[in-house]
Amino acid sequence: MKLKTLLTGAALALGLATAGFAEDKTKVGFVYVGPVGDGGWTFTHDQGRKAVEAEFGDKVETVFVENVAEGPDAERVLTQMALDGADLIFTTSFGFGEATINVAKKFPNVKFEHATGYQRADNVSTYSARFYEGRAVQGHIAGSMTESNIIGYIASYPIPEVIRGINSAYIHAKKANPDVEFRIVWVYTWFDPAKEADAAKALIEQGADVILQHTDSTAPHAAAQEAGGVVTFGQASDMSQYAPFPRVSALLDVWAPYYIERTRAVMEGTWESVDTWNGIAEGMVGIGEITDAVPAEVKAEALALKEALRTGEYHAFTGPINKQDGSVWLAEGETANDGDLAGMQFYVEGIVGDIPN
Amino acid sequence: MDLSSINPVLLVASLMVAATPILLAAIGELVVEKAGVLNLGVEGMMITGAICGFALAVETGSPLVGFVSAAIGGALLSLLFVILTQYALANQVASGLALTLFGLGFSALLGQDYVGLKPPATPRLDIPVLSDLPVVGPILFSHDPVLYLGIALTAAVWAVLKFTRVGLVLRAVGENHDAAHALGYKVVRIRVLAIMFGGACAGLGGAYISLIRVPQWTEGMTAGVGWIALALVVFASWKPWRALLGAYLFGGVTVMQLNLQAAGVAIPVEYLAMSPYLITIVVLVILSADKSSAPASLGRIFHASN
Repeated sequence: MKLKTLLTGAALALGLATAGFAEDKTKVGFVYVGPVGDGGWTFTHDQGRKAVEAEFGDKVETVFVENVAEGPDAERVLTQMALDGADLIFTTSFGFGEATINVAKKFPNVKFEHATGYQRADNVSTYSARFYEGRAVQGHIAGSMTESNIIGYIASYPIPEVIRGINSAYIHAKKANPDVEFRIVWVYTWFDPAKEADAAKALIEQGADVILQHTDSTAPHAAAQEAGGVVTFGQASDMSQYAPFPRVSALLDVWAPYYIERTRAVMEGTWESVDTWNGIAEGMVGIGEITDAVPAEVKAEALALKEALRTGEYHAFTGPINKQDGSVWLAEGETANDGDLAGMQFYVEGIVGDIPN
Repeated sequence: MDLSSINPVLLVASLMVAATPILLAAIGELVVEKAGVLNLGVEGMMITGAICGFALAVETGSPLVGFVSAAIGGALLSLLFVILTQYALANQVASGLALTLFGLGFSALLGQDYVGLKPPATPRLDIPVLSDLPVVGPILFSHDPVLYLGIALTAAVWAVLKFTRVGLVLRAVGENHDAAHALGYKVVRIRVLAIMFGGACAGLGGAYISLIRVPQWTEGMTAGVGWIALALVVFASWKPWRALLGAYLFGGVTVMQLNLQAAGVAIPVEYLAMSPYLITIVVLVILSADKSSAPASLGRIFHASN
């Protein structure tokens, strides 16, 4: 009896102690779909995590779990993180959406942030970047630089995010070079270096001399380098180890300011469920250094395009734009609304092939 | 649709490259299973070989050193499996799974300083006249040496298993370890050597991915190739040439489906994406209709006292 009381007391004290401890330190969790060393998507999120640590020092504790499969496994990882006392959890892949919503219901006091998602709740925010703005700049450079007029595109999953990128890149490549043609390969993975390399090789063998990728590894760059004369772009992170050629520029994800701002909101108790979609203007999307392999006038045009996107004087989807079947989507001068963009499930006119469903 | 944009010669050449890691790992595992041991740790040994090979090739600047150390790395890791299953008599399935998990984690740890580096290029064969021949030149005479090693190894394993005394003893151990033991063969010693051979082959296969096929190091880069090799051994009915056929078929359909997509063929992508698995299994199942069965002692624990 005495022992039991003693133990209960000890457990209680311990519980109080950890609770008190947790109040001092804000615990921020990150769930990653790939390894932090992927050199792309997950790497940039982890840079954001490190920035949070650097900003708040002892006041925060960050934890992360990498290589989490999209699906039921994510739910287990999230539950564990919430049980371990996380105050704020960032789930950094589209496929974590269901799991995030489910776990958020069970832990109403924990705040969740789901990247590239669309489902929100009182304690679930969504955030994403307007990568299509960066794709526009990329498309312009790609269209200007291709000599075979064939641009290869390594696509991951047929979700609006990826389709938006293809459309934006195509529209701007076409503006720079009316003869341009897109060859799209769906690899159904975010990260599989061998498969990405194979896809890049298949595209190069079929005459593509520019490769755009929406997958996370640097394998396509290696394949392009080996083939010679093929242009690539860094995806998510700078991938500057392949600069100045084949990598001539990059589409950068800059998560750090957002992560710092949201962590601060939790600390100050001002956190609210919001839907954030930031672009070049807010600095969430960046354009990696355009190397000297790009002709000076193309570089100047690309930077002008970036500037126009930043100030908002130009929207990446400005009419006239038709859908693939020829029906009118945007009339002359009309710009796409966010609802249309968020749910985009069609190619624009001129792209050959069907979107898998 | 524009099929003419697919160059069949380049296609065959790149399917051979895509198939080689699977082939190397499958041939190694075939020998292990012929000796009556089921090692599910192929994926773990491959990824360990991938980082060992990559790290040493980068440090020394020599791809040859890289491949040799990949084989050594894979064989060393398989020693862990040897200790667990041959001396501690642990369950082979559980030990193999543990080896895969361990290999994945261990390689990630070893590889932390090697992310984003470029390995030295492995020279390709360049025979003055032969490599320049149309069609056969790119297909037969202008690959890297390891690809030929894979084919040579298949032939060697086939010949050894079929025609030599060593092969006969190995098969005897795999079919009935008690009888082999009664005849005075060192069952455990033979199995240890077979497992180490399997580890070395898997390591080579892994290094082929990190040094030639991709070529770079990223965590988890083998992405399930080891499991495909394991399945291939079973569907190939433990016959080396069928394993080669299966590997080339799998590599071939994988490369082919990407090419078809790039050419804009109007087959839904979902079907194309599953086709490598489907076609390989169907073909090998049809081939295995001759009822050749697994080595009788496969997966069973041996101890001289039983």
